[in-house]
Amino acid sequence: MRGRLAPYLMVLPGGLWLLAFFAVPLVLMASFSLMTGNVVDGFDQVLRWRNYTEGLELYGDKFVRSLWYGLLATVACLLLAYPAAAWIAFRAGRRKSVYLLLLLLPFFVSFVLRTVSWKFVLADNGIVLGTLKGWGVLPDGFHVLGTTFAVVAGLTYNFLPFMALPIYVALERLDPRMLEAARDLYASRAQTFLRVVLPLSLPGVFAGAIMTFVPASADYVNAEVLGGTENVMIGNIIWTEYFVNNDYPTASALSFTLMAILLAGVFLYARALGTEDVLEAARR
Amino acid sequence: MKHDPLLRRGMTHRRDFLRLVGLGGLGLAAAACGVGGQGGGEKVTASEAAEFWRGKSQNGRLSWANWVGYVEDDRATLKNFTKATGIEVDYKEVINETSEWFGKINEPLRAGQSIGFDLMVITNGIQLEQCRRLGYLAPLDHSRLPNFAANVGASFKDPAYDPGNTFTVPYMSGITGIAYNTKYVKEPITSWSDLLNPKYKGKIGMMGDSQELGSAGMFLTGADPEKSTPADWEKAAAKLREQRPLVRKYYFQDYIEAVTKGDVWLTMAWSGDAYSLAGPEVEFVIPEEGGTIWTDNLCIPRTAENPVDALKMIDYLCDPEVNAPLTEFVTYITPVPGTKDVLRRKADAASGEEKAELTEFLENPLVYPAEADLARLRRYRTLSQEEKEQYQKIFTPIVQDS
Repeated sequence: MRGRLAPYLMVLPGGLWLLAFFAVPLVLMASFSLMTGNVVDGFDQVLRWRNYTEGLELYGDKFVRSLWYGLLATVACLLLAYPAAAWIAFRAGRRKSVYLLLLLLPFFVSFVLRTVSWKFVLADNGIVLGTLKGWGVLPDGFHVLGTTFAVVAGLTYNFLPFMALPIYVALERLDPRMLEAARDLYASRAQTFLRVVLPLSLPGVFAGAIMTFVPASADYVNAEVLGGTENVMIGNIIWTEYFVNNDYPTASALSFTLMAILLAGVFLYARALGTEDVLEAARR
Repeated sequence: MKHDPLLRRGMTHRRDFLRLVGLGGLGLAAAACGVGGQGGGEKVTASEAAEFWRGKSQNGRLSWANWVGYVEDDRATLKNFTKATGIEVDYKEVINETSEWFGKINEPLRAGQSIGFDLMVITNGIQLEQCRRLGYLAPLDHSRLPNFAANVGASFKDPAYDPGNTFTVPYMSGITGIAYNTKYVKEPITSWSDLLNPKYKGKIGMMGDSQELGSAGMFLTGADPEKSTPADWEKAAAKLREQRPLVRKYYFQDYIEAVTKGDVWLTMAWSGDAYSLAGPEVEFVIPEEGGTIWTDNLCIPRTAENPVDALKMIDYLCDPEVNAPLTEFVTYITPVPGTKDVLRRKADAASGEEKAELTEFLENPLVYPAEADLARLRRYRTLSQEEKEQYQKIFTPIVQDS
């Protein structure tokens, strides 16, 4: 009896937490998303599904843009994080934990603060651009802040550890005897990587990609701080609808639409190249 | 790996999720009937006001929510207040933007809960109107505000946005105009239409707040923001859309840093910021078409735990001797004209550089504007709830790029 109850008891604290702070707000939001009204006269539940269609009509392009930025940031994170994680896992030797700490170090500083500090680095006449302009390398009107590049770079920077850590974990667990075996079988370094290391690290890549793509697509801080007039992401729209316009129904409907898109995306992704293949590869 | 833990975990997840949704259904039942409105809160009778203050007494502490840079860095005014009254002040710079602040306090105040502050500063405009109508603000007991009655200038009393100062007392006023960096802009900026000059493409900053942006659009199209009609709004919005490709960014707060560093060369700006926070090469100008004057107001949330202490602070700030050093620091327009005499006396007593600075300060039209300047200034349009929605539907898409 005790044995059967134990797992439930262990789940209880976390479960209650989720119930109170995730499930209930979610249901309230779902309810809000179908209401109509304003903050002074109150909101009425009228099951107004048009909140959803109107949101998509008005802000469809912001959804597309957010997913696109999320994708770009994920790819950039992957390209940057994989070599770094591999180097730490294979080459760092006893100093592994030091390098891991270095990778995580930016996380000890607030997210917003880190992003704002980028503004100093990338300022039109700041240390980087100002210097390059002074040398005549860049034309006077050149700027980085307020461009797609700045926003995607910010996203990449902020979510890099989410990509690096799972990849590192996957690579770190890799049995070195596999590499020896590959070498014994006359595999070149490239072949070893492509046929042994890469497939075995795919679960890490899979996890890292989801953990990067989902928050990056829903982010609004980077677009707000580093972006310009053409870089508004859906997160910024939801923020404005909620805080500035106090249009809670529209904000809720947009949030749910974003959640649905991301869930569907993750599901398709898992189906296409996700869990089964990854685990298959790991088994091989 | 023999089996598929990820997939299996996914299954239980899903079942758990459904269960959570089932329980959350209780919440849905509660929320399904909608959220009631509480409009009409701005109509308060004298007996209701007296009822609010009955039995309330001074508690010796006070927490105050304010904007950044709105009292001296060393908090001298607050320390003097504690010395004079024995009331401890917990002062926090937590307000960055009125709409965001409203978003934070709306739910607790609707539920009748404390927001943790006894005194807050809200700009006249959409959110203040909402707070008034929703009954979020304590009606002020003017019998305990002798300094307000005696010292606040007539033009700051009984404003249209709060008739009879039922809920608010002005803290500081400011002007929205244009700030520009003389290092990059070599010609004097005089007009809102300078913000349409293609020469400055990508170097122009505008404000993201719909009331500020809308007013700028109306100055650009020759309409009077205060008396504007929806047709004027449409015309202004069309002009602003035309301007959009030239704009670097629609700022909510950090424009002053951008113009100081040269990320933008000219930008919509608030007078005090341009004077006290920007670098020396940044100039502020009230364009010839006019500028917007707004007022930040002291008010007490209805759920305040120490309202009497807050009232005491409001009255304290209306004393010219107290307000003068504060005004000297924040460099906005003070509602207490007596501060000018206080500062003039201080200037007369001073010498050298300090005297020169004080004299310059007293002549600064952004702190003590002349009648001619004041005549060019307009307030935000007062908007009913329906008008507000229409107004925001017209102007926020410009910022949101939709």
